Amino acid sequence: MITIPTEQQPLIVRDLAKSFTMHLQGGRSLPVLANAGFALKAGECAVLAGPSGVGKSSILKMIYGNYAVNSGSIAVWHEGAVIDLATAEPRAVMAVRKRTIGYVSQFLSVVPRVSTRDIVAEPMIARGIDRQEARERAETLLARLNLPSRLFDLPPATFSGGEQQRVNIARGFSTNHPILLLDEPTASLDSANRDVVLEIISEKKAEGVALLGIFHDLDTRERVADHLIDVSAFAPAQAA
Amino acid sequence: MNQQLSTDERARMAAHDGPLLSVRDLTKRYGQRIGCDDISFDVWPGEVLAIVGESGSGKTTLLNCISTRLPATSGTVTYQMRDGQPRNLFEMEEAERRHLLRTDWGFVHQNPADGLRMTVSAGANVGERLMAVGNRHYGQIRETATDWLSRVEIMAERIDDQPRAFSGGMRQRLQIARNLVTAPRLVFMDEPTGGLDVSVQARLLDLLRGLVADLGLAVIIVTHDLAVARLLSDRIMVMKDGHVIETGLTDRVLDDPQAPYTQLLVSSILQV
Repeated sequence: MITIPTEQQPLIVRDLAKSFTMHLQGGRSLPVLANAGFALKAGECAVLAGPSGVGKSSILKMIYGNYAVNSGSIAVWHEGAVIDLATAEPRAVMAVRKRTIGYVSQFLSVVPRVSTRDIVAEPMIARGIDRQEARERAETLLARLNLPSRLFDLPPATFSGGEQQRVNIARGFSTNHPILLLDEPTASLDSANRDVVLEIISEKKAEGVALLGIFHDLDTRERVADHLIDVSAFAPAQAA
Repeated sequence: MNQQLSTDERARMAAHDGPLLSVRDLTKRYGQRIGCDDISFDVWPGEVLAIVGESGSGKTTLLNCISTRLPATSGTVTYQMRDGQPRNLFEMEEAERRHLLRTDWGFVHQNPADGLRMTVSAGANVGERLMAVGNRHYGQIRETATDWLSRVEIMAERIDDQPRAFSGGMRQRLQIARNLVTAPRLVFMDEPTGGLDVSVQARLLDLLRGLVADLGLAVIIVTHDLAVARLLSDRIMVMKDGHVIETGLTDRVLDDPQAPYTQLLVSSILQV
């Protein structure tokens, strides 16, 4: 049975395989994943589970287009049509990133001279939201994540690690992408801010966003996951 | 001119969508030596393409051929003019090509002295391109020039100074203002941060990043610096010995390089 993505099931991964060929080490091949398959549903959060090194992060990176795919498909519902991200042209991947798939990570490279407010507002402006409104929404989100308002005008380069993480999280959650990839958004947050992130995730679900995340903390995982995807089931037959 | 267009080019224009620039099978030879060999790619409106490689990889030769500063040995470069018509640049009259370079295109050189007139004022350097597109009103030209100087963070009181009296970073920012004042749709950049101190580079990159996003510019930037490519570009083309080794989305090429040569380049970056 072949199913294709729809608005209700906007992402379907099938037979996905990934290995790294390290040409500088004599062409050694490092298989990471084989036959990975799952689907995301609108309004639900799926969580990638499994021990460290099993390939959870590689799955997120293949979906977002940072990693090349060896074989298999990543079919996504993008503005009323289906695109296979495993084979899509860079332009198509860029369009999907702009409109359909967002990425929430704590670790983005800091742009030296852009204010915190504008870093968070930027993805909204790119999606056509009025600059003023985007800035106001950015402030609301930053305030929710307990970032002091005196920091909004400053670039985050000099902030503490925890403050930078929250700026990145605010940026990731600021848009209304119908699919969100969550790369450990709660790791090393204090419990108050972790609760805010969990609240935001619940709101995203209520809005019908399909979420796929990595959460190492078991308690957090239990609170957000509608279902678990056991990534160790996608282990390649033998490790080289 | 219209007779030169193939049917599918016409169809593409009719759909009012298509690449701004299409390079096909472009080859440049210097006698037996290859400058660049059989290169094909498209650049779409608003897209930033970085051509990366070490010195001698052919990236600057390629840039100079595309921008018609250097005659190619074979191949075509098609540009979508402002009226929506695609034109083969190599079949254009010299005067028409010069007009394009002065209005709809920009070219930012590594050495600002190559792109500026060092012995006329900063304001005149910016104003000159405005006059090339028909502006004659002195007051307006000066006002626009002042505005552009401030956008590239040069203080208004420096408008009557010659670029000779500017620092390297200021000269490069002035060169950028001179290029962008006519609202070009495509800007070529050859190692724009090359000769600058690291802190000055960071400021310039930041400025470029903002301007490119605000103006929706298409940019073809040649750089050997992968960090510059990461910060500015959407797509990367890796070159070596005149050939394209690998091409793709910038973060895909840098996070998961496929070709042995790209892996070598990426692994050679010092992690700070």
